[in-house]
Amino acid sequence: MQTLIPLLVAIPLASAAILLLGGRLTDRWGHWLGVLAPMASFVLGLIAFFKLADLPVDARAYSTQLWNFIDSGSLHVGFGLLFDPLSAVFVLLITGVGSLIHLYAVGYMSHDEGRRRFFGYFNLFVAAMLLLVLGNNYVMLYLGWEGVGLASYLLISFWYNRNSAATAGKKAFLMNRVGDAGFAIGIFLMFATLGTTQYTEVFAGVAKLSTGTVLMMGLLLLLGACGKSGQFPLQSWLPDAMEGPTPVSALIHAATMVTAGVYLIARSNPIFSANATLQTVVVSVGALTLLIGCVIGCAKDDIKRVLAWSTVSQIGYMFLGVGLGGGAYALAIIHLLAHGFFKANMFLGAGSVMHGMNDQTDIRRFGGLRKYMPVTWLTFMMGWLAIIGIPPLSGFFTKDPIIEAAFNRPGWTGWLFGGVALLGAGLTAFYMTRLFVLTFHGPKRWTEDIEHPHESPWIMTIPLIFLAIGSVVAGFMMKTSVVTWLTPVLDPTGAEDEVHRITNVTGAILSVAITVVGAGIAYMLFRRGTALVEQPAGPVVTAARNNLYADAFNVAVFEKPGNWLTRGLVFLDYRGVDGLVNSLAAIVGGGSGRLRRLQNGFVRSYALSMLTGALLVVGAFLMVRLG
Amino acid sequence: MVDGYLGSYALLGVLLLVAAAFFGVAFGANRLLSPARPAEPAGKFETYECGLDPVGGGWAQVHIRYYLYAYLYLLFAVEAVFLFPWAVVYLRQGVPAVMEMAIFVGILALGLLYAWRKRVLVWQ
Amino acid sequence: MKDISLPHLNYAALAPMLILFGVACVGVLVDAFAPRKARYPIQLVVALVGLIAAFVAVVLRAGKVTAENAITAAGAVSVDKPALFLQGTLIVLGAVALLLIGERALERGGPFVAQAAITVGSDADQRQAARESGATEVFPLTIFSLSGMLLFVAANDLLTMFVALEVFSLPLYLLCALARRRRLISQEAALKYFLLGAYASAFFLFGLALLYGFAGGITFAKINESAQNGTGNITLLYAGLALVSIGLLFKAAAVPFHVWTPDVYQGAPTPVTSLMAACTKVAAFGGLLRVLYAGFDRVHWDYSPIIAAIAVLTMLVGSILAVTQTDIKRLLAYSSIANAGYLLVGVLGNSALGLSSVMFYLVAYGFTVIAAFAVITLVRDADGEATHLSRWAGLGRRSPFYATVFTVILLSFAGIPLTSGFTSKFAVFSAAGGGDQSWLVIVGVVSSMILAFPYLRVVVMMWLSEPGEQTPSVSLPGMLTSAALVIGVVITIFVGVAPQPLLHLTSEAANFIR
Repeated sequence: MQTLIPLLVAIPLASAAILLLGGRLTDRWGHWLGVLAPMASFVLGLIAFFKLADLPVDARAYSTQLWNFIDSGSLHVGFGLLFDPLSAVFVLLITGVGSLIHLYAVGYMSHDEGRRRFFGYFNLFVAAMLLLVLGNNYVMLYLGWEGVGLASYLLISFWYNRNSAATAGKKAFLMNRVGDAGFAIGIFLMFATLGTTQYTEVFAGVAKLSTGTVLMMGLLLLLGACGKSGQFPLQSWLPDAMEGPTPVSALIHAATMVTAGVYLIARSNPIFSANATLQTVVVSVGALTLLIGCVIGCAKDDIKRVLAWSTVSQIGYMFLGVGLGGGAYALAIIHLLAHGFFKANMFLGAGSVMHGMNDQTDIRRFGGLRKYMPVTWLTFMMGWLAIIGIPPLSGFFTKDPIIEAAFNRPGWTGWLFGGVALLGAGLTAFYMTRLFVLTFHGPKRWTEDIEHPHESPWIMTIPLIFLAIGSVVAGFMMKTSVVTWLTPVLDPTGAEDEVHRITNVTGAILSVAITVVGAGIAYMLFRRGTALVEQPAGPVVTAARNNLYADAFNVAVFEKPGNWLTRGLVFLDYRGVDGLVNSLAAIVGGGSGRLRRLQNGFVRSYALSMLTGALLVVGAFLMVRLG
Repeated sequence: MVDGYLGSYALLGVLLLVAAAFFGVAFGANRLLSPARPAEPAGKFETYECGLDPVGGGWAQVHIRYYLYAYLYLLFAVEAVFLFPWAVVYLRQGVPAVMEMAIFVGILALGLLYAWRKRVLVWQ
Repeated sequence: MKDISLPHLNYAALAPMLILFGVACVGVLVDAFAPRKARYPIQLVVALVGLIAAFVAVVLRAGKVTAENAITAAGAVSVDKPALFLQGTLIVLGAVALLLIGERALERGGPFVAQAAITVGSDADQRQAARESGATEVFPLTIFSLSGMLLFVAANDLLTMFVALEVFSLPLYLLCALARRRRLISQEAALKYFLLGAYASAFFLFGLALLYGFAGGITFAKINESAQNGTGNITLLYAGLALVSIGLLFKAAAVPFHVWTPDVYQGAPTPVTSLMAACTKVAAFGGLLRVLYAGFDRVHWDYSPIIAAIAVLTMLVGSILAVTQTDIKRLLAYSSIANAGYLLVGVLGNSALGLSSVMFYLVAYGFTVIAAFAVITLVRDADGEATHLSRWAGLGRRSPFYATVFTVILLSFAGIPLTSGFTSKFAVFSAAGGGDQSWLVIVGVVSSMILAFPYLRVVVMMWLSEPGEQTPSVSLPGMLTSAALVIGVVITIFVGVAPQPLLHLTSEAANFIR
C-alpha cells in the first residue's frame, strides 16, 4: 500500500509529462502510452481495492503522508493520501471507465493532428482526478480540483481554433472559478475556525462549531460543488463544454469530473449531516437542477446537448441523494457509479454515430441508423434503458431508491421532493426516448453529403460493449454490496426519523409506470420522424430551447454590472490612481531636473556645498548635545 | 580670559574683530577724506606704477619637471624627519630597530630607484 | 626620560597587509627593471598571486582570532572578526576588479594610457594612443590602494586610520587620471577627486585633533572610555565626531559629501570606477562602522538622528537624481549614492544585526556593481565605450546574452527577489526596523521605488526599442572580463537564492574588538 497508492497518481502524471514535454518524439507511440497509463492505474487500483477488502471493516482506511506540502506559521498541510472505501470506488470508476474511454479515443482521434497533446491532457486529467479523490485533506482535494478544472479547460477548448470551443472553454473556466472561490473560502473558514484541513480532524471538530459557522462552511463547499458539477445556479457551462471531443464529454463531463461535487459533499458528510438547513439547501438545489435539466433536455435537438442536460439532471438526482443524508449518501454514490457507466456508454455511442455521420450532431438529421450501426444501436439501447430506469438495468436499482428516499423525507417537503423526482423520471424517459427513436429508428433524414454511414472500428466498439455490459449489470451488482462497502465512510445513521410513506414495491411500480408513460408518449410522437427545422412553439418550449434563459440571466445580472464596475474602476484607475502616480512621477522628475543644476561640474561649487554640509552637520551635532 | 581648550582661541577671535574694524575704519576714513573727483594721471592703471613693465601673462605654465624634483626632495625630507628621533631614542633597542629603519629607508630608496629607471633624474 | 620600547607586532595578524604592501613594492621594481614587453604578464601574475596569498593569510587568521589576540602594534591595529571579514571581502572584490583592470583583449593596449604626462591632443599623444600599450603601474597602484584599505578597516586609532585613508586614496586619484580614451575628462575627474579628497581629509584631521583634545588619546578604546566616564569637554567630542564622520562620509559618497561621485565615476576608466564603487565603499563603511560602533558606541543616541537625516537625504537625492541621468556610468554613480544611503540605514541598526547586515550588503552590492561595470566595458564602438543611454536602445536584439546579464544586474539593483539586491536590502531594512528606525525603512522603500524607475527604463530601452544605426555591438570579452562577469553574476544570483551561508558568515563576524 505504501508505494501502491502514490503510484496510482504518479503513473498517469508521468505519462502526461512524457507526452506533453516529449513533443513530436512521442507522436508515433504516444497514444498507446496514454492508454496504458490509466490501465496500469486500474490494475493497481484493483490490487489496492482487494487489499483493502481483506482488512476488517473498521480498519478499512489507509492514510499516508508523503511530505510536508505547506508549512507556514500555524498552517501545516501534508501531501497526504487516503485510500478508504469511498476513494476506492472512485478510483475504480475513474481508472476503469477512464481506460475504456482512452481506448475508444485512440480510434476516435485517429485523424486528429493533436492526438498526442490530447492524450497528454487526458492523462493529466486522470492524475488530477485521482489526486482529488485520494487526498486526505481539503487542500489536496482542492489541488486535484483545480487540476481537473485545468484539464477540463484545456480539453473543452482542445480545438482552440474553433471559436465556439475557445469560448466554451473560457465559460467553463470562469463559472468554475466562481465555485472554486467559494470552495477556497470554505477551506479558509475551516482553517480559521478549526486550525486544520485534515479530514479526520475537521470532522472531529465540527461538533464544537456553532450552527452558523457550519452552515456557512457547508454553503461555501456547496458553491464549489455546484460549480464543478453544473448545478443550479452554475449549470450553464456544462452543456457548452460539449464543444470538446466526444471522449472528453464522456469521461470528464459525464462520468467523472462533474461528479466531483457529489464526492465533495459525500466526503464532507459529517459537515452536511450536522445542519438540517444545509441539507435542505442541498436537496433543493438537487431537485431544482434535475427539473431544469429535464425540461431543457426535452427541447434540444443536438445529440450531445441532450446528453449534457441529462447529465445535469442526473447529477441533480445525486445531489438530492446526498442532501437527504443518512442512508441516501450511499444511494447517491451508487447512482453516480451507474451513471458513470451508462452515460459514458451513451456519449461514446453518440460519438460513434457522429463518427459515421460526418460529425453531424442534429438528431433531426439522423434516423434509421439501426441497420447501419448495429453495435452502436444495441449498446446505446442498453444505456437508454438504464437511464430511464427499466428493470433490471442499472438505473432502476440506483435511481429508484433515491426517489423513494425523497418521498420518505419527513414533513411536506418529502411530498414535494419526491414528486419532483418522480416527475423528473417521467421527463427523462420522454426525452431520452425521443433521442433514441429519432436517432436509430424512423425514416432517414440525413443531409445530402452522407451516402453510407458506417459502423465504427473495433477499437471504438469494444469499449462500447464493455460499458453496455456495465450499464446492464452494474446497478444490480452494486445495489447492496457497495452500500455495505461504503458504510464505514458514509454513516447511514440519522435515517431513523424518516417516515415510511412509500414501500419499495409501490415506489418501483410508480416510477416504472411513469417511465413507461413518458417513453410511450415520446415513441408515439417521434416514431415517424420530426420536422427538420425548428418549429414555432409556446413560451415554455422557447424558454427551454434558450436554456431557461440562464445565460441571459447571467449576462443581465453578472456580466453587465461587472462591465460597469470594470469601466468605473478603469476610470478611477486612469484618473485617480494613475493621476496620482503620474503627478508623483512628475514631481520626482522635476525635482531631479532642479537638483541636477547643483551638479555643475565646478570644484569650487562642490567644495562650497561640502562646506555648507559640514557646517550643518557640526552645527547639528552641537545642537543635539548642547541645545 | 576665557577658560577651556578653545578659550585660547578667544584671542584670535578678538584679533579678527580688530582686523575687521581696522579695515572698516581705514576704508571709511578714505571715503570720507578723499576728494570727490580724484585725479587720473597717465599710467595710473598700469600693473606697476613704477619699475619694469610686466612680460607675458599671469597664467604662465611652469614645467612639470619642477614638480617631480619637489617630490623627490620631499622623499628625503620625510626620511630625515623620521631618522632624527630614531637616532636619538630607538637606537638603544638594538638590532630590531636598525632592521626596521633599514626597511623604511629601503622603501624610500625603492621610490628613488623607480625615478632613476624612469629617467626622471636626467634633465632632458 | 621614559624608556620607549618597540611595539610588539603580531605578524600573523598583519600578514595580509604586509603581503599586499610587499607585492606592491615588487610591482614597482618590476616596472623599473623588467623589459617593456614582459611587464604586463609579470605584473598581472604578481598582483593576482599576491592577492591570493593575502586571502589565504586572512582565512588562516580567521580561524585563530580571539578577543585577546586581535589587537596588535601597540593598540594601533585591531584585526578582529569584522576586520578580517572586510579584509577578505576587499581582497576578493579587489581581485575581481583587477581582472577588469588587467583586461587587454577589448582594446589594443588595455583601458589605460601609456604616459599620462603627455599633453592631450599633441602629436606625441596621438602616437602613443595608436601604438603604445597601457601603463603597467596600474597594478602596483591598485595593490597599494588595496593594502591601504585593509589597514583602514583594521585601524584601531584615528591616526592610523588617517594614514590608511591617505594610503588608499592617493593611488586612486592617480588611477582616475589614466584613461586611454577621453583623457581630458579623466584628468579632470582625477583632479576633482584629489582636491575634494584632500578637503575631506582636512576635515578628518581636524576632527582627529579635537578628539585628541577631548580624550587625551586617539585610540577608540580611549575615546570610548572618556565618553563613558564623562570626562573631557563634550563640545570637543561632538565637534570632533562630526568632522571625523564628514571625512568618512565623503569616501562613502553620502549627501551632501557626494558631489564628486558622478563626475569621478564618469571620468575614471571604467575598471577603476568598478574598483572605487566596490572596494572604496567597503573600506569607507568598514571605517565608519568601526568609528561609530567601536569608538562612539556610548553616544549613539546623539549621533543617530544626524546620521539618519544624512541617510534620508542620501537615499532621496541619489534616487531622484538618478531619474534624469542619460549616461549609464553617471546613473550607476547616483545609484551608488543611494546605496550608500541604504547602507547608512543599516549602520543605524546599531547592533550586531546592523553590523552584519551592512557587511552582507557590502559583499552583495560589491559583486553586482563590478559585474555592471564589466558589462559597460563591453558595450563599445570605434570611440571606446558607448555610455550614453540612447546608444543602449535595442541592445537586447543585438546582443541578447549581455542584455540578459545586464538585466539581471539591474533587477538586482532594483531589489527584485531572487537576486542579492533583494536579500541585502531586506537585511539592512530589517536591521534598521529592529533598531526602532521604522521611518527610515519607509523612506528607504520609497527611495527604492523611485530608483527602480531608471533601472527599469534601461531594461525597457534595451529590450523594447528597435536597435538604431547607432546601437553599438558588444565586444567579445577576453578571459579576464568573462571571469569577472561570471563571478559577479553568479554571486548576485547565489546570494539572492541562498543567502544563508553569507548571512551566517556575517553574523559570525559581527563583533568589534577595541
